[in-house]
Amino acid sequence: MQTLLRTPLYDRHVALGARLVPFAGWEMPVQYEGVIPEHRAVRADAGAFDVSHMGELVVEGSGARDFLQSVLSNDVERLEPGLAQYTLLTNEQGGIVDDLIVYELEPERFLLIVNASNRETDFAWLHEREPGDAEVHDVSDDYGLIAVQGPRSLERLGLPDAPAFTFAEGEIDGVACTVNRTGYTGEEGVELLVATDAAGELWDRVLERGVVPCGLGARDTLRLEVCYPLHGNDISPETDAISAGLGWVCALETGFTGADALERIKEAGPEQKLSAFVMEDPGIPRQGMPIVEGGEVTSGSHSPMLERGIGLGYVRAELAQPETELTIDVRGRNRRARVVKKPIYSREES
Amino acid sequence: MAAAESYPEDLRYHPEHDWARVDGGEATLGITWFAQDALGELVHFEAPEEGATLTKDQAYAEVESVKAVSDVIAPLSGEVLEVNRAVADAPETVNDDPYGEGWLVRVRLTDPAEGDALMDAEAYKQHLAEQG
Repeated sequence: MQTLLRTPLYDRHVALGARLVPFAGWEMPVQYEGVIPEHRAVRADAGAFDVSHMGELVVEGSGARDFLQSVLSNDVERLEPGLAQYTLLTNEQGGIVDDLIVYELEPERFLLIVNASNRETDFAWLHEREPGDAEVHDVSDDYGLIAVQGPRSLERLGLPDAPAFTFAEGEIDGVACTVNRTGYTGEEGVELLVATDAAGELWDRVLERGVVPCGLGARDTLRLEVCYPLHGNDISPETDAISAGLGWVCALETGFTGADALERIKEAGPEQKLSAFVMEDPGIPRQGMPIVEGGEVTSGSHSPMLERGIGLGYVRAELAQPETELTIDVRGRNRRARVVKKPIYSREES
Repeated sequence: MAAAESYPEDLRYHPEHDWARVDGGEATLGITWFAQDALGELVHFEAPEEGATLTKDQAYAEVESVKAVSDVIAPLSGEVLEVNRAVADAPETVNDDPYGEGWLVRVRLTDPAEGDALMDAEAYKQHLAEQG
């Protein structure tokens, strides 16, 4: 049996009474008080998530920018020091090896924050392809990462406003960290990158400011309500970026790996589209359930904000229109659902 | 909200974490504190139809939390006389009061003698301890 990895905050999770579960090889808190109250805390106030399991890769060298431009889907040329970008690592077919955020630290030095489950794959992918004038390092063990998300997160942390996808060195009550204006909940917030040995102290300071500790359970329901795809569920090396609705992060003109394949899919129109749906009938869709009209659920859960089942799944393009009726096979029972415009939940409409 | 851990003395328990309150030829059924705690806050109760037949040790309903779904196992055989609509409408009632307001169904027993095979509270608590 493989031993599960533990983040620098493990002892704190245990002390807080978290329910710990295996996730991507890590022993992670799925909930403290409960998924629903934690979810609501993030929508109404502020919640803190230990996401230290995520991977951090540094790509550096005089050729780093050109190298990343050739392997990442978004336009790296639009970055400058202090700016970050959501992007995809793609294969020759336009399939998604991983989705990640790239940060320009210095003109020849970039940080990639990647999914925990893909850390080794991404490193190997980049290492195999790195040119002589660029080098990739896995620095994941050097850092903890704490996401603080919610409409009151900046106020709670005493941080000024800043545009999304920017970052800067900062501190919270004397604990130094990099403050990234990024997140995975659809709410305003930050992700704090901190030296491993200071992560525990930063977590304590954040919670002392009234931020609610939240587990991966709430992280999943929050991201699903705003239709952020989860790699391994909704996107994978077998699903292409256009069908996944991620064409907006594909700068096809840069000629990155798989750009020509994606260009063909875009021109022909994707056969299937990753669509969001809300249950009309009782019942909760779950990953892997068949969609009777064709396709299957890639992510499904109960929405704490809508108080009904919601999900994502690939359906034929003509069924991807909002208001289309779908039928989800919920353990042998046909239950009606309706395609909705993404995101499923937004503050403005509720 | 969530109830404190308890296993009332007047109930009979099934190893799959279900309870029965037997009253002559009828019984009220539900899930134990342990079961609701393991699941977390319930968000859906997939109830049987009234008149449906329950077979001891077989699934007759489903309960779901945000993260998980679980079959509910019949501790006794019988016919469903009544489904708790309050739980269908507000499944978290089970978390708040698993042995009271959070009952799931009322049944007419096919064979009241089946109850002899169920555990009392002490035996069930021992069963939980052995499960670790």
